[in-house]
Parts: sequence; C-alpha cells; structure tokens
Amino acid sequence: MIKALRFTLLPVLAAALAAAAVAQDPIKVGEFASLTGKEAAFGQSSHKGTLLAIEELNATGGVLGRQFELITEDNQSKQGESATIVKKLISRDQVIALLGEVASGRSLEAAPIAQNYKIPMISPSSTNPKVTEMGSYIFRVCFIDPFQGTAMAKFGKDTLHLKKIALLTSVSSPYSVGLAKYFKETFAKIGGEITIEQKYSEGDKDFKAQLTAIKAANVDGIFVPGYYTEAALISKQARELEMDYPIFGGDGWEAPQLIEIGGKAMEGTYYSTHYSPENTSPGVQSFVKKFRARFAGEIPDAMAALGYDSAMVLADAIKRAGTTDHSKLRAAIAATKNFNGVTGKTTIDSNRNATKAAVVITVKDGAFKFVQAINP
Amino acid sequence: MSEFLQQLLNGLSLGAIYALIALGYTMVYGVLRFINFAHSDVFMVGAFLGYYLGKLVPEHTIWGGLAVLAVSMIGCAILGMTIERLAYRPLRSAPTLNVLITAIGVSLLLEYTGQVFFGAAPRNFPSIFPVRNFSFGSVIVTSNQLIVIAVSVVLMIVLQLIVYRTKIGTAMRAVSLNPKAAALMGVNNDVVISFTFGLGSALAAAGGILYALNYPSIDPLMGVMPGLKAFVAAILGGIGNIPGAALGGLILGTVETFVSGSQWSTYKDAIAFAILIIIMLFRPAGLLGKFTVEKV
Repeated sequence: MIKALRFTLLPVLAAALAAAAVAQDPIKVGEFASLTGKEAAFGQSSHKGTLLAIEELNATGGVLGRQFELITEDNQSKQGESATIVKKLISRDQVIALLGEVASGRSLEAAPIAQNYKIPMISPSSTNPKVTEMGSYIFRVCFIDPFQGTAMAKFGKDTLHLKKIALLTSVSSPYSVGLAKYFKETFAKIGGEITIEQKYSEGDKDFKAQLTAIKAANVDGIFVPGYYTEAALISKQARELEMDYPIFGGDGWEAPQLIEIGGKAMEGTYYSTHYSPENTSPGVQSFVKKFRARFAGEIPDAMAALGYDSAMVLADAIKRAGTTDHSKLRAAIAATKNFNGVTGKTTIDSNRNATKAAVVITVKDGAFKFVQAINP
Repeated sequence: MSEFLQQLLNGLSLGAIYALIALGYTMVYGVLRFINFAHSDVFMVGAFLGYYLGKLVPEHTIWGGLAVLAVSMIGCAILGMTIERLAYRPLRSAPTLNVLITAIGVSLLLEYTGQVFFGAAPRNFPSIFPVRNFSFGSVIVTSNQLIVIAVSVVLMIVLQLIVYRTKIGTAMRAVSLNPKAAALMGVNNDVVISFTFGLGSALAAAGGILYALNYPSIDPLMGVMPGLKAFVAAILGGIGNIPGAALGGLILGTVETFVSGSQWSTYKDAIAFAILIIIMLFRPAGLLGKFTVEKV
C-alpha cells in the first residue's frame, strides 16, 4: 500500500515542483550565429542586435512575468557546425525557440532539426526562399531573394543604365546561387543581357582568372551575389585589371569589412539591403541611439537591425500566445501582423516570410550612403 | 590573345607563390623523408607577422616592404627551427608515421592558437609595397604581381646557390643522401636539419606575405588550401627535388588560372588534382624526380 502510494505520489510531487520551478525560470532562447570565421561580421552584428533586444525586454520586466535567457552558440562560419550546436541548444539547453542565422546555407542546416523537434525558428536575415520551405516551424523577418534579385535587376537596368552584365556567383553558397537565379530571370525579362557567367567557391581569394574572362566579354557591369569578404576582393582585383564599371550585389555585402578590405576599390559599388541607419524615422533613430550607447558608438547595420527585430517578433508572439508551448507559440508567430520593427512593418505571410522594402546603398568617400528605397 | 597573356600572367604570379611554399615541403622531405604538414601554418604565421610589422613601417615604400619581408622571414625561420627542436627531433628515431602524425598535430596547434591570438575574423593586409599598374597593350600588370614574381625568382636563385655552392648546402645534400654516412664524415646532422627547417620556413613566410599582398584578406586558416596545393606541386615536380617544386608550383598555378577563367571554373580544383593523378600514373616520381626502389 505504502509502496503503491509512493509510486503514485512521486510523479505528482515532481510535476508540481517542476511547475513551480518553471514559473520563475527564465525563458530560454537559443541563438546560433557565425561569431567567428569568415562571416564573423554577420554573426557579430546580428548577435549584438539580438542581445540589445533581449536586454531591453528584460529591463522592462520580460514577458509573462519571466525574464529571457539568451543562449548563444558559435558555428565558426563553418558548414556542418550549425546542425551540431542547434541539436545541443534543443536537447541540452531546452530552448523554446531558435534565432539564427544570417547565411542561408547555415539556416538550411538548422531548419530541418528545428522542424523535427517542433521548435519555432526565426531567421533574422536568411533570404533564400528554401529556408522557410523546410517546414511549418521556420520563419523569417526579412524579405526573400526573388524580391531582392528582381529589385537589383531593375536597379541595374533603370538606374545604372546597364545593358550587358556579367554574373560572378559563388557555387558553394545557396544564397548566392538563388540570388543569381532571380536576378538573371528578371534582367533578361526587362531587356538586359547576361553576357557571361563565371563561378567561384567560398573561401577563394584569387578571382583574376574569372575577371580576365569577364573583361574580354566587354560587359558594362558585374553582379556579384556573394558575401562581403569575396565581394571586396573581387572589386579590388577588378579595379586592378582596370575594369571601372559598376559592381553590385545583395545584402551579403553588408559589413564594415567590405570597405576595410576593399578600400578605394569599393567606390561606386552598390548593394541592396534591409534598412539604412540614415533613415530619419523615429523608430530607426531611437534604435541607432540605443545601439550606439550599448556598443561603444558602433553604427548598427542591417544584420543588427534584423537581429533585433527577430527577438522582438518572438517576444511579441510569446506575449500574444500567453505561453511558451511550442505549437501555440508557432501559431502566434505565424499570426504576426503589422509588427512595428526597426526594419519596417513585419507581417508574416502564409509561406512564413516577411514582405518588406529594400534599400540600395552605395560606397562614397569610404562610407556607406543611402541611394534609394525599393518597395515590393 | 591578350586574354591568354593576361591569364598566363595571373597564373604565373599564383604559381610563383605555390612554388615558394612547395620548396619548403620538398627540402624537408629531401633531408628527413617526411612531410611537414605544419609548413602551411608557418606560411600563415608569416602573413600575420607581416600584418603586424606592416603597421610599423610607412605604407607604399620599397624599403618598408623589404624590411617587413626580411624580419618576417627571420621570425618564421626561428619558429620553424623551434618546431623542429621541440616536436620532431625527439621523434627522430621513431617510425616516420609518428612524426607525420605529430606534424598534423603541430599544424592544428598553430591554426587554433592563431585563432585565439589573432582572432578568427579575416583581416585586411596593409599594402606595404608601392602599388602601381602597368599596361602593355591590353595586358595589365600590377606592381604586386611583379613583386611576387621577382621576389620568388630571387629567393629560388639564392636557395639554389645555398644548396650547391656553400658548405652547409653540401652538408644538406650529404644528409639527404645518407644521414648515417654523413654523420660519420663529421657532418652535424642536428645543425643541418635545423638549418633546413629554418630555410624552408623563411620561404614559407615570404610566400605568406606575397600571397597576402595579392589577396589582402588574411585569417588563421588561410594556409590550408595554398598549403595543400603547394604540397601537390611538390609531388608533381618530384618530391625532394628543388627545381621540380618550382616547376610544379608554376604548372599548378597556371592550370588552375586557365580553368578558373573558362566555363568549367567550378571544377578548377578537380581538374588540377586530376592532372596530378595523370602525371603520377605516367611518372610516379614526379616530373623531375628520380624513381628509386625503397630498400628494405
């Protein structure tokens, strides 16, 4: 009898204890980011944005009376590493949601795992459409590449007046391949010509061979849908070969290292991104002010703004759901409508993507300058 | 035609760097009969030494650039000798496999210590030499490409003179031929091996700085790919053979550049390594190497 009682009472007691503990326990949010390695600038910016949002939320009392605990893991910008650390975040740290990554390739690695464990994942700035196609638990708070590719093709044709363009694509990054595809489709449709297509792989440093072939093809612009390290080296080597026409790309270019590595070669290059710190709207300006106060005067870039927004969208969804239960939280994120963030109004559509305007930035006198906004 | 010449020039300047690194692999193999996998990381340390020293001298001056090059070469020579003294010498009488695995360990040690000390984010290498472009018709030569080719040629000639015209060079060749006999003839093997490591590491440092000048983004893992390519170049030319390493580097650099500039650019490494396999099938000892039967 006593034995039976013990068996029935113990689980009840344990459950009660656990419930009591949960009430004071912080809400654990997992973040995976490229804090070191080749795309460290992305991970660092995005992480700072997310961190700022979490600190701000905690300072105002958190959500549902609970504080947030951000658990950040570094994937060293390496392939294969994200899968490992996301599994660790889910199974050992028991996070209720995942925030990450910037690079689409690494988000694509983590997404199937998050989907499998039914943990909502919000990517701040992966733009490849495939990311959210991985399952119903995967969201993003930025625009997608079909829009970005179309916008840049129109910008190249209508604003820069380019007719013959060379494409220089990174074959080892899903982001680059996807963006190149959408750019190509639109550019051909609106009467432009892709004269030559050249390829490289992530981590390459010598692009002279591809550029020499491009030079021989007599184009009047180069579209480089890659990341900043390569974009800077490509621009530098193109200028060395006296190719002085516009070179332009997508949001993968957005990092201070672009100018640091590329130097003077970056003058007159363009890229599309998610927001500009020059935007005079009060929301953006107060974010820039808070960010600069927290991180030694650093001006937040688009990755920081999206990192911030991704955490805020998550917090808003938890508030509306009233719980951190996985499926209820998922539904609340999916129902996000007109959420006012730093990068504009976020509405999650039926494909779990956000529709937002893009801005075009150029490099002038060694600094990023706003050129124009392109609305969807 | 001008595209061909431009590609050839691009290929030669890349190949010259591969050649410099390959020389280090080949010299150590010639003397000790093992592959020093840490060599590609000495290359990386060379570039980082150049990065820090480059901040001390004014940019765009020839003397500043040469000073950085020289000091960094000396620094890496000391590093190479230290690695040999601490990691390889205690294993001199152990089977080659043990030393090989130690070499991989030293390589990883340098890479990840580098990540701790230098940080993992890529850095921008300063332009320590003057930068100018020269146009010959439509072929454009950058001053960096000229510096790479000139420095490589000078260093290879100096190396050839050291190996064939000096006493220590004769001792190196003697140790390479038969270490026991050399020791019996009064050659101090330890000094010779130490010197070989120093020389090879200095060349790796020069290669690192020249590489960073042309591709000015450096990180602690930057040595991995060029190191692998240079290793292939050394085998291609005939491992243990100094002119062979230079030839192998130039061939590999040129082939890689021509493939990159064609529509098959995605396959550039595959094609480069396929050529290696074909050459190995027809000339197992490499282009300039002599095939010798291993005596048991």
